[in-house]
Amino acid sequence: MSNPTLVMYEEEFQEVNEVIGRLLKEANAKVIFLVDKNGQLISGVGETERFDTTSLASLTAGNIAATGGLAKLIGEKEFSILFHEGEKDNLHISIVGGRVILVVLFDNRSSLGLVRLRVKKSSEELALIFEKLLKKSEEREKRGSSDFPFAEITDDDIDNLFS
Amino acid sequence: MSFINYASREINCKIVYYGPGLCGKTTNLQFVYQKTAPDAKGKMISLATETERTLFFDFLPLSLGEIRGFKTRFHLYTVPGQVFYDASRKLILKGVDGVVFVADSQEERIDANIESLENLRINLKEQGYDLDKLPYIIQYNKRDLPGAMSVEELRNDLNPTNVPEFEACATTGEGVFETLKAVAKMILIDLKRGK
Repeated sequence: MSNPTLVMYEEEFQEVNEVIGRLLKEANAKVIFLVDKNGQLISGVGETERFDTTSLASLTAGNIAATGGLAKLIGEKEFSILFHEGEKDNLHISIVGGRVILVVLFDNRSSLGLVRLRVKKSSEELALIFEKLLKKSEEREKRGSSDFPFAEITDDDIDNLFS
Repeated sequence: MSFINYASREINCKIVYYGPGLCGKTTNLQFVYQKTAPDAKGKMISLATETERTLFFDFLPLSLGEIRGFKTRFHLYTVPGQVFYDASRKLILKGVDGVVFVADSQEERIDANIESLENLRINLKEQGYDLDKLPYIIQYNKRDLPGAMSVEELRNDLNPTNVPEFEACATTGEGVFETLKAVAKMILIDLKRGK
């Protein structure tokens, strides 16, 4: 298959949250999300409860996919940064390590310049964490151990989901 | 490609509804949305034109409950069925875990069905997937219409590999949940095997 299953472990999850938590403060942002390129929300910090995070993740991934398609049409590899300017709130969307999407929502208490600067630094840290995760998954695969946490589930367990 | 999060104890999977224009992909999702308890579903998003034709995708997040302490979530997507939206269709297939092909049972749509199915195979291949290796089922929709072909005829044209198939009428909901359950089950079994 083209993409292995993305697996997030406790240790890396905390590391990721530390980085985006720091970014939230340093960039004076309202909310920050990390989204998988396939539209799955990985994590979020800030005023996350104000937003429909699942929809946000899916639409962000759709947005990145569509602009990625546009990039290819004009001979670019991808557009690694997108910026959407609103009346009050703005979205800064960037690709980290080629695999995950970093979404920063900010208002006039911050600025595009500040966000860009801070995002750049945090992206490098995040890219390292995701690289580590990927290696971890690959090593597990080599050892032949499944990452599925319930390899022993029964058909009944699955059927019960639908009852 | 599913996403397993040990930290928040969640498993997320992606199901894509594929098929020719007006075959009932969006209607499938709408029925699931209407009949699902509010706490088990998120908002349904439809990126559609003014005439309610799907422009980019429909999206419906569903949580099915827990297996061994892990929350099981399925993200349902539809593709735009109209032929000229092919670039968008390719994008939606990224990271897919299971495919439902919704076929329009009406005789005049058989060519559209065949073309869409070929298109599915090609687009999956471009992403590095093989339809024969993915959890994949066919739904014969619009069984209630007078011009519907027999299931045997449809099977001959559309299901040479004999994947699980379901008859449906998405407007009344007949067969909709059966289809969804079947593909979700196939995905979980696939994951269990560690694919």
